Amino acid sequence: MSSTAPVLSIRDLLITFTGRHGALTAIDGVSFDIAPGEILGVVGESGAGKSLTGTAVIGLLDPPGRIAGGTILLDGERIDTLSQAEMRKIRGRKIGAIFQDPLTSLHPLLTIGDQIIETIRTHLPLDHAQARARAIALLQDVGIPAAETRIDHHPHQFSGGMRQRVVIALALAAEPRLIIADEPTTALDVSIQAQITTLLKRLCREHGTAIMLVTHDMGVIAETADRVAVMYAGRIVEVGPVSQVTRQPRHPYTAGLMASIPGMKAREATLRQIDGAMPRLNAIPVGCAFNPRCERADACCRAEKPVLDKGRHVAACWHPLEANP
Amino acid sequence: MNSVIALTVDRASCHFDVSAPWLTRVLQRQPRRILKAVQEVSFTVRRGATFSIVGESGCGKSTLARMIVGLQPPTEGRLDFAPLALADGSKAAPRVQMIFQDPYASLNPRWRVGDIIAEPIRELKLIADEAGVAARVSELLFTVGLSPADSLRYPHAFSGGQRQRISIARALATQADILVCDEPTSALDVSVQAQILNLMRRLQDEFGLTYIFISHNLSVVRHMSDDLAIMYLGRIVETGSADQIFADPRHPYTRLLLDTIPSVETPNRARQPMSGEVPSPITPPPGCAFHPRCTLALDRCRVERPELRGRGRLVACHVSQPD
Repeated sequence: MSSTAPVLSIRDLLITFTGRHGALTAIDGVSFDIAPGEILGVVGESGAGKSLTGTAVIGLLDPPGRIAGGTILLDGERIDTLSQAEMRKIRGRKIGAIFQDPLTSLHPLLTIGDQIIETIRTHLPLDHAQARARAIALLQDVGIPAAETRIDHHPHQFSGGMRQRVVIALALAAEPRLIIADEPTTALDVSIQAQITTLLKRLCREHGTAIMLVTHDMGVIAETADRVAVMYAGRIVEVGPVSQVTRQPRHPYTAGLMASIPGMKAREATLRQIDGAMPRLNAIPVGCAFNPRCERADACCRAEKPVLDKGRHVAACWHPLEANP
Repeated sequence: MNSVIALTVDRASCHFDVSAPWLTRVLQRQPRRILKAVQEVSFTVRRGATFSIVGESGCGKSTLARMIVGLQPPTEGRLDFAPLALADGSKAAPRVQMIFQDPYASLNPRWRVGDIIAEPIRELKLIADEAGVAARVSELLFTVGLSPADSLRYPHAFSGGQRQRISIARALATQADILVCDEPTSALDVSVQAQILNLMRRLQDEFGLTYIFISHNLSVVRHMSDDLAIMYLGRIVETGSADQIFADPRHPYTRLLLDTIPSVETPNRARQPMSGEVPSPITPPPGCAFHPRCTLALDRCRVERPELRGRGRLVACHVSQPD
């Protein structure tokens, strides 16, 4: 996979919010690549900046938030400098989006067929009949039974899991290169969640679509993603193949996060907890953002910001945990 | 583990009338439609233990929680709370309190934290003088890991985890001994979830609290529970000790549920997700409600509803045998 050119390539992304008290840095120097057919999981707690990164890629950043630095390349072309009108052509055509709540991502008054056909016809040179045939094929592909009749139903006639399948069909409508999936399974029950992640994995493999999977659920990442990027306070603290990051985390934050998930094997007396909370944007500590909560922190961590090296499994940490403890 | 019973639920049901208005029903010749949210549920909760109720959306677990705290009267059956024995030999009714899922919606944004926690104390006249109330509020805040000075602040100044601590302090203010926790950590991040779960375990040890824990997150349930009931479409399909059920699930639904939890211990494992969805509780399938999704279903399952059978651990299944 490393030989092929990445679909999405983000370098040193900097997103700031300008307010009354000056500019706050929400995303601070984030860089990553996603290869064709690869699922990159972006995990972090609330406020880590994972959704914001996804929003910046699809060009839906609301003011006062703005991209203050860095580049976003889609298939080698810069998309962070495009105008709203140019971005609108790319959105849906080259980048699809799946959001958390399937009910609010669909228009309640239009049939799902109308919505999918509209998307197809906006981006592909097909007439209505061809677009409808394609819409039915898409609905079948995402596992909606009796797609020929279901296409004329309204969103409220579908269950939560089925609605999320419709949203996935909509995201796939114009064969995009990249899908941003922001918490796609969070609103669903566990048994439905497993169906949706299995579907995403299959589609990613069959269509060669790259997926950026944003979620707070480490379990979903472990089941679905190929690689994972862990975010903390607007920075990526660790990147690597999912089995290595979950089994042998190198950054103390990732290790703490993994240890605080209750295990299924036995009932422990107490869970390991990370004391404190993620810093607010106006009070990000100097040096490593995690240093006030870290057991391994020393003077160096409090003074200088660690950088993320290049490599398969790397952590932005001055004192990373050993790869094989 | 002691086996003093804190709560006995005996064949409790809760039905909701979801029929169309009378005139529409007469004109369109529609029958009444009854949603059977909880049907003939029986279990006992041991004092000082954690009893968890697990299931997917619409299985009736939250309705059951509301029935236990008295927000929803049971249509049939009864819930009996064993009275607490006081030091002087007299009996006092146990106090039941609830901890809600969303700490952003369950605290009044216009009240100071001190008043939120003091309200049950004042309402139930547990402490007569204001100085005593203030001292008790400070003590409660300290117990849940906040600072007594926080009583002057408003809920918006706190993070999700801190707000859930305030909810816990409010529940403890009544000297409640049974806490019904409806998804207490699902709105929280994992590292904060660990803090709250650890706090709840510590409080249980300190005050001998009984928890009735409602959740769909099985790894949290595994961590917290002593006993467990799995619900599907308003009925309990399997119940028993948590260790037993997690080690050796008997009902096919329990097995599938355990199999579908994403696990961080075995990344990228291939798995067969459970097909289908939970049917509507207004028109449940005949026989065993789980049969349309069950891989083991026999003809008998389609017509005859299985009863909960067994000793200790109970299973409602024709195919899978209890102990």
